[in-house]
Amino acid sequence: MQDEPLSRREFLSRSSKAAGVAALVCVGGWWLHEPERHPFARRTEQAVIRDLRVPGITPSLVVGSGSAPAAVTAAVLAGLGGMEQFIAKGDTVVVKPNIGWDRRPEQAANTNPDVVAEVVRQCVAAGAKKVYVTDITCNDPTRCYNRSGIAAAAREAGADVLPPAEARLREVNVGGAMLGMQKVFDVYLDADKVINLPIAKHHSLTKVSLGMKNLYGILGGNRSRLHQDIHNSLADLGNFLRPTLVIVDAWRILLRNGPQGGSLDDVEERRSIAASVDQVAIDSYAGAAYFGLTADEMPWLALAERYGLGTAAYETLPLKEVHA
Amino acid sequence: MNIDMDNAVTFAREARRFRLLRWLRRISQGVFLALFVLLLLFTNIDALDAPDELPRISAPVVLFLEMDPLVAIGTVLSTHSLYRDLLLSLVIIVGTLFLGRFFCGWMCPMGTINHMIAAVRGGRMKGRARLEANHYRPAQRWKYIILVLFLGAAAMGSLQVGLLDPIALLTRSMALLLLPAWNVLTQDMYAWSMQTQSTVPDFIVTPVSWALHAVLIRAQVVLFENTGLVLLVFIGILAANRYVTRFWCRMLCPLGALLGVLSKTSILGLEKRPSLCSNCNRCALHCQGGDNPEPGTDWHQAECHLCMNCVASCPDAGIAFRFFPSRNESTQAVNLTRRTVLLSAGAGIAAVPLLRTAVHPDAPPNPALVRPPGSVPERDFLSRCIRCGECMNVCPNNALHPTLLQAGAEGIWSPMLIPRIGYCEPTCVLCSQVCPTGAIDEITEKEKGWVPQVDGGSTENPLRIGTAFYDHGRCLPWSMAKECIVCEEWCPTTPKAIYFETAEVTDREGNYLWLKRPHVDPALCVGCGACTYACPVKGEPAIYVTAVGETRNTQNRILLEKSSGSTHGGG
Repeated sequence: MQDEPLSRREFLSRSSKAAGVAALVCVGGWWLHEPERHPFARRTEQAVIRDLRVPGITPSLVVGSGSAPAAVTAAVLAGLGGMEQFIAKGDTVVVKPNIGWDRRPEQAANTNPDVVAEVVRQCVAAGAKKVYVTDITCNDPTRCYNRSGIAAAAREAGADVLPPAEARLREVNVGGAMLGMQKVFDVYLDADKVINLPIAKHHSLTKVSLGMKNLYGILGGNRSRLHQDIHNSLADLGNFLRPTLVIVDAWRILLRNGPQGGSLDDVEERRSIAASVDQVAIDSYAGAAYFGLTADEMPWLALAERYGLGTAAYETLPLKEVHA
Repeated sequence: MNIDMDNAVTFAREARRFRLLRWLRRISQGVFLALFVLLLLFTNIDALDAPDELPRISAPVVLFLEMDPLVAIGTVLSTHSLYRDLLLSLVIIVGTLFLGRFFCGWMCPMGTINHMIAAVRGGRMKGRARLEANHYRPAQRWKYIILVLFLGAAAMGSLQVGLLDPIALLTRSMALLLLPAWNVLTQDMYAWSMQTQSTVPDFIVTPVSWALHAVLIRAQVVLFENTGLVLLVFIGILAANRYVTRFWCRMLCPLGALLGVLSKTSILGLEKRPSLCSNCNRCALHCQGGDNPEPGTDWHQAECHLCMNCVASCPDAGIAFRFFPSRNESTQAVNLTRRTVLLSAGAGIAAVPLLRTAVHPDAPPNPALVRPPGSVPERDFLSRCIRCGECMNVCPNNALHPTLLQAGAEGIWSPMLIPRIGYCEPTCVLCSQVCPTGAIDEITEKEKGWVPQVDGGSTENPLRIGTAFYDHGRCLPWSMAKECIVCEEWCPTTPKAIYFETAEVTDREGNYLWLKRPHVDPALCVGCGACTYACPVKGEPAIYVTAVGETRNTQNRILLEKSSGSTHGGG
């Protein structure tokens, strides 16, 4: 092999090529190393509060009893002044029942499907553009949605039944005393109205699982850590998502072995449904009426009161009893 | 002259028929590959839109495994019985006895994938190099040796055929690697499309997220542990096609070997007509099996996949597939001496006791080896499990994962429950329904007996898979003066196997607290692992499940129980 002498032209062209690429790499590196791109930078995001209550409604408490859950639900809604009070034409509504467990309606671990269906029907009738029924379940969602009877009933009533999906969780700052950045199902961030539809049932840490406890189901991620300070967590959830309306299903209540139950011996038929726009008052009332608990025995109520979410003294609200 | 003209017409018609057959073969390969993938997808019942019915497998999702003669013959040797629908394998066996290895060329999804990759020309895979790589080579005997080794081990009760059976291997690779990878990719893109809705106009985002939603396989992230080796094997098999066409099918595939042996009685064969051949070598260039189709050489019937490439590319009618072909050239059967067969079988037989010397019979069963509910006793399990991964694919909670050495070297890639990732869904029996060989015996929800049925089922005799234990040092109410009891909330049995005592605790400031401290009642615990799954203590959980107490092993117990079958409770 014979060495050719290096020409000036070749020297310049090859060195400038190398220098050009090197310059690009350096500029790229400099641009990428900006401090705000640091992977461990703490995000301080604006707290989101979803206050979906309809302004100008005087809180009251309506309690219904009767022979069929759907009819009683309808009577309770009529007692509140009709669904049109809460749902405007074109609203996107999320109905949030408890669908947490792979249990049949008789086992009283999930909200009664007839109650869910009636609420959906009334939302549709009031002109809602879209009614979603959803919950982030504990057990396998397919089983929970179907065995609870809620998927079929809600779909028939005209709802879009949305199973939980990893890809639809969005991390937001819920701005609570305990809870900050949380993964929330995106429907709650975009909806115009949310109707919270818990079932009243036993829980060994909070004694009873009601409206604010039901809001666990809007969260994905690591929600089992919330139990370590459950009362603050519940109040924080109620503060972040202030529902348009809370309807407590006490058609059947679970007295023991909550929150998933199983044995029919643990179930009592109360044939009662209660509702209010005040999420503190309704939890307080349901705890007292169905489980004999005072407000002091439900510490999240006082914490929620401090957020200005309502009053634990449900007796101060006008009470209307309806029968169907 | 006249006779030549007649012959020319006949040969032209023959060539057309072979080209048509080659097209039929291509269509058949496409259809069966698509069917294979579709059945794998049907095994995932966790669609984003929940179906109205409770999860239940109605499609014949393990059809390919049940048609697989190697699975059938392997389990016959190891268990002396043919489980459930493995009888379907007779279709392939009988077909092969008459036609030869049509399964390899026309049906096998692994073969089709290899075929497609090898069909890409370029690099070493064209011209003379391809032609030379396509001649029969003695290394094609390896697959028979592998087959005999596996059958020898199966006769000793250790079923290893699934490690290299192409259907089990492809099922495992796709279910545990390719589908999850696709799922992660589409989920990330879908999440991104849902989150950019405010910044990108609707007419772009809406169709994109709709399309992504349509191709999502599962709503949750599903990934599998211990799949590194599965991936290496799979990539190795695919890559080898770049050096030798269908390297796997020719050299290694034990199912291909079995079908090669069965093809000895085949009445369909290649007829060579050296007088017509112009030695163009096109047949050899396109040969898939490496069986020497060109006139002037010995045809290796046991290597031929019946792909029809040789006859369809022959310009001279120098070769033809015919029933009862005239044998004017010698046809070779399986090229294996009796000595090799005996040595391989002996090695397979000897391997089993050698592998088992690593496990002392008095050594306790691996506590981490929690098998799915319905699993037969471990020895029987290893004589049935073909490591296809269908149980893991169907599990709604991503709870089942392949083992590495937890079940010994003999049990690599067999299923084990990892409750930290997913618990055993109390009312689910899908893994037992899909298992093609009965390693997980088919059970019903009632037989599983974990949840009281409204229709009157009993939970007195549940099928237990293990027992939960607390690590007090990590448990919040036990050692950190904090409330928790998430485990009790999740416990699915009635009454709950987890109960608590209320204890007075002092925190570091000296405050007195009343906390609920959980305990496990081993008489009620079924080992589902929901407690472990839900435990908020990341890293090592504060409650963990081990296999002790599992129904399938009467020795692996804690409590003294009244034994079944004896009124006095004796042995």
